[in-house]
Amino acid sequence: MENRTTTVTPPAATVPPAAGPVTPVARRAGRPRGGADGAPSRGRGGWTPWLYLAPALVVLAGLLVYPIYQLGLISFLEYTQAQVSGGEPTTFRGFGNYAELFGDAEFWPVLLATVLFAAACVVSTLAVGCALAVLLTRIRALPRLALMLAALGAWATPAITGSTVWLLLFDPDFGPVNRVLGLGDHSWTYGRFSAFALVLLEVVWCSFPFVMVTVYAGIRAVPNEVLEAAALDGASQWRIWRSVLAPMLRPILVVVTIQSVIWDFKVFTQIYVMTNGGGIAGQNLVLNVYAYQKAFASSEYSLGSAIGVVMLLILLAITLGYLRLLRRQGEEL
Amino acid sequence: MSTALVRDSGRRSGASSGASSGRRFVRRPWRLAAEASALVIAVVVAFPLYWMVLSAFKPAGEIESSEPRPWTLSPTLDSFRRVFGQQEFGRYFLNSLVVAGTVVIVSAVIAFLAATAVTRFRFRFRTTLLIMFLVAQMVPVEALAIPLFFLLRDAGQLNTLGALILPHIAFSLPFAIWMLRGFVRAVPEALEEAAYLDGASRARFLWQILFPLVFPGLVATSVFSFISAWNDFLFAKSFIISDTSQSTLPMALLVFYKPDDPDWGGVMAASTVMTIPVLVFFVLVQRRLVSGLGGAVKD
Repeated sequence: MENRTTTVTPPAATVPPAAGPVTPVARRAGRPRGGADGAPSRGRGGWTPWLYLAPALVVLAGLLVYPIYQLGLISFLEYTQAQVSGGEPTTFRGFGNYAELFGDAEFWPVLLATVLFAAACVVSTLAVGCALAVLLTRIRALPRLALMLAALGAWATPAITGSTVWLLLFDPDFGPVNRVLGLGDHSWTYGRFSAFALVLLEVVWCSFPFVMVTVYAGIRAVPNEVLEAAALDGASQWRIWRSVLAPMLRPILVVVTIQSVIWDFKVFTQIYVMTNGGGIAGQNLVLNVYAYQKAFASSEYSLGSAIGVVMLLILLAITLGYLRLLRRQGEEL
Repeated sequence: MSTALVRDSGRRSGASSGASSGRRFVRRPWRLAAEASALVIAVVVAFPLYWMVLSAFKPAGEIESSEPRPWTLSPTLDSFRRVFGQQEFGRYFLNSLVVAGTVVIVSAVIAFLAATAVTRFRFRFRTTLLIMFLVAQMVPVEALAIPLFFLLRDAGQLNTLGALILPHIAFSLPFAIWMLRGFVRAVPEALEEAAYLDGASRARFLWQILFPLVFPGLVATSVFSFISAWNDFLFAKSFIISDTSQSTLPMALLVFYKPDDPDWGGVMAASTVMTIPVLVFFVLVQRRLVSGLGGAVKD
């Protein structure tokens, strides 16, 4: 008991003011990596680290870096079925493919739809994941296990099976959802927004578990005394989350957000399967599926590559911009 | 409610003071409400999986009925028979296992070596490499299918399982390395020093001491490479174009899924067969996954 009073008092003083005084704690608890960075005392490895890295670097160079270079290269060439079969020589087009792409009336709506859809997916996934992570810390072992197992099940479901199951659930003729909601034979995949909404539901369903499990593991790692002190000081739940947990969990939230952006911006299987390759007249196309359709369905490999390059640049810009923003606020990667 | 949170985390982190003192203040109605909503959410989240298995066992007439019921009184194996009776379904299953298994093992070993290098050594370009590993995760795999297609064609790997294994190893490595760092770092430096003092060589330390200690982390990490390889249908669709005996499970599933007139029973039975191995894998590594993600992300 006396132990308790001693541990509680110091952080109690630091809780009510928002982020400022909490940060040192967060720095210590959330990220002891500064120490680890300096830790490798066996720096005299010489060539050893490169030896260990060699297999990874060889694989990545051959199957990631080189294809990226090729992707960039193809996007500057005239490369269609004729060139693939060797019927016509490949010619350099400069930015011709990009000009064609940006002049394409279909491109801009697809780009806008991709960004909005990805943003909606990221926000919903993070909101659901974080809320359920907090919920997990409030309940006893048995309900926690139930929720955890259900989430793991959703997480484990392959994207393609998840897509087909959700299609069956929302099927206008045989699905239970329309029966329960009394929607008759309303088709969810017919309208543009309802089709996107259906895909969004499936994406959130299969990607919130990653956020939930990660954030839950992070909350568990927060020192007990800090929360206890905040509670004793009469801080409300929302206040504890906003002023204590969120700053301390920030490194975790950064990782989870970046991963979600990366994953949701690249959603492919769900759109491809659930909207049958991009929806009626391509109304549900996102960049990824659009690139694939251009390249493999219409054999316009150079246009598909140009779309791929655009996607890569957008993702890089979002992530690097986000990281810079964090660094300006005093956070490091 | 707040005390419930404190008590809970106190018990788990083993701080007995928090646990014993907090119990008195638990507000029961709040916790019961939280638990009830957790159970409801669990049911909602699990429902699609339940419906999948249920539909796999329903007789054809019940699936294609306008009054779908959440139970069946006459379960049948008809749908599974259609799935397993499909030409070479076993072959597809085996192919999927070979692809996912190879990817998991090879990428785990490579990622372990790389993660050791970037956490246990200090060398030039270390930070640059780390950022590169992060950036590498952003590469849209689907767009790279185009150059990879030509690369694999030139290497004569189209229509082979290698065309699926090689790219998946490459794409799962960056995330695996990124995640494994936390596990490698968690092994105390003192242990390494002690090993060297006892005359162990670098290789001996690496494989006989570090590897077993990091193994739980490797298992957690391998979940991700397993899923991406097992679930993939883009590469299978793009790189296995003529030799269907090299195809994998997702393609077998799509045989039943014709957008205009899907054979729902077949799709759901194939889905069930495809989901079960991943589910088993997940439940087995569940505990390690939770602590692993915490450790990896916490840094």
